[in-house]
Amino acid sequence: MQLGLFSVGDVTPDPTTGRVPSEHERIKAAVTIAKKAEEIGLDVFALGEHHNPPFHPSSPTTLLGFIAAQTSTLILSTATTLITTNDPVKIAEDYSVLQHLADGRVDLMMGRGNTGPVYPWFGRDIRDGIPLAIENYALLRKLWREEVVNAEGKFRTPLQGFTLVPRPLDGVPPFVWHGSIRSPEIAEQAAYYGDGFFHNNIFWNMSHTKRMVNLYRRRFEHHGHGLADTAIVGLGGQFFMRRNSQDAINEFRPYFDVAPVYGYGPSLEEFMAETPLTVGSPQEVLERTLSFTKEVGHYQRQLFLLDHAGLPLKTVLEQLDLLGEILPELRKGYTEGRPAHIPDAPTHASLVAAARLHEAESPVAVAEQLPSRAILDTVTGRSPEPADRSL
Amino acid sequence: MTKLVVITAGTGNPSSSRLLGERLADASVAALRDAGVPAEVTHIELRTLAVELANHLATRLPGAGLRGAFDEVCAADGVITVTPVFNGSYSGLFKLFFDALDEGAMKGRPVLLAATGGTARHSLVIEHAMLPLFYYLKALVATHPVFAATKDWGTEGGKLEKRIRRAAEAFAQLVLGANPAKGDDDFEVVDFADLLGGG
Repeated sequence: MQLGLFSVGDVTPDPTTGRVPSEHERIKAAVTIAKKAEEIGLDVFALGEHHNPPFHPSSPTTLLGFIAAQTSTLILSTATTLITTNDPVKIAEDYSVLQHLADGRVDLMMGRGNTGPVYPWFGRDIRDGIPLAIENYALLRKLWREEVVNAEGKFRTPLQGFTLVPRPLDGVPPFVWHGSIRSPEIAEQAAYYGDGFFHNNIFWNMSHTKRMVNLYRRRFEHHGHGLADTAIVGLGGQFFMRRNSQDAINEFRPYFDVAPVYGYGPSLEEFMAETPLTVGSPQEVLERTLSFTKEVGHYQRQLFLLDHAGLPLKTVLEQLDLLGEILPELRKGYTEGRPAHIPDAPTHASLVAAARLHEAESPVAVAEQLPSRAILDTVTGRSPEPADRSL
Repeated sequence: MTKLVVITAGTGNPSSSRLLGERLADASVAALRDAGVPAEVTHIELRTLAVELANHLATRLPGAGLRGAFDEVCAADGVITVTPVFNGSYSGLFKLFFDALDEGAMKGRPVLLAATGGTARHSLVIEHAMLPLFYYLKALVATHPVFAATKDWGTEGGKLEKRIRRAAEAFAQLVLGANPAKGDDDFEVVDFADLLGGG
């Protein structure tokens, strides 16, 4: 089970003091939070991508690369990478470089983005969201898997004889998740490719999350990737905890009441009853989080949103200290009753091992899949084998 | 069992919109029974969902009551809607509900339109405000709407009762001939091969 954080990167005033943090402060805070995540034993730090105020992460790989340099075990991911408005070629390039720099500690979560005006700023139309996500991702996969790419689609200048540089580390592309709150097409996309499916699980009730996850699981099996319960599922979640429940509620309420997205709506109590938000003691957070398995089955990745809504950095770091304290119990809880055939989320190491096994079992088939490799090698003088590299 | 849902947006308790909704439902059940079809009625009073509707507007989160109401509508063979007239149109609460309802929920679903107001001078609200809304939602609108002004409730000769009966009979015919989609718990899936092909 992978546990971690995801952050949207909002620059929000602290409602209790009216103080507005600077973008500089928030960018540096993201680095501090990611390092702290590794320090307390979390596995993943995922960063959002936005191209409009009040958010700062317009260039996720710059920030993730900086974090990669200062961490050693943390998997760097995204929440989400805009597969609609970004050029898939640029995504492939940026994340290939990041994957090399981070020695494989990289995966991505694809998302569409829901801010209307961002689309035309990048020459797109939000009404094409689903077709863009489908075509662009198909191209991204090709770029990472084929040495010489010829591709034509509806949305991008055709590519003839294009080779992505750098090639993915060890010839293995980063693992990809697809995030969607309510689009069955995206659950279907994740299932079709055997990729992971992530539900942000923050704004809606758990029964909705369950429906989306069940759809993905059913279609994962339909498309022949294995049993439905072996599909790769990730969930979001959010909490605010203090040793004493009432202290947590009193402290978080002013942030909740005016929070972006769900502020000015239901009361904190209603929102806690209707959605997975837990505000209370560490024990309550532990129990609520472990109850997600009852809804969606055994899953692979749990990410928490902690750094948002104007909470000061000091408070977020205190939340991480408390999370660190319950982490062993959380990990233990996830292993309880977990059947042996439920896989872990793929990592670079597991994907490399799987690829080598596949090559060893069917060398002819692999050679046929990569007809261009030998030709390319004569051009670049590059060895077809990955260079030795100590992990 | 044929399932009728009555959606009323009256804000008083008791409300004349609810009263008209009940009269229309009773008459519709009777008309269906005459055709040999048993029917059951569920009432949704939007007044009781006002806070959940406002929360949904602010956050898109449907509360438990609202989810229940959406499920009722999606399972209905026919819907009777009654709004009070506010400032020359349906009330904001009435519109809020149909704005919150899933896209497509009213498509092909028989609807009987009705409204209440202080005087008969408001009666064209049904044609000028309600009809375009339900046309937009692709509902099947029954041909005889009912407007009840305050005065109608005391009119001699059962004139309102006759209009209710005539409206219910036309609505019942529509319900008998229609086959609206019934909500189920599963998403519609388009196979990815079709999506990939630009489907």
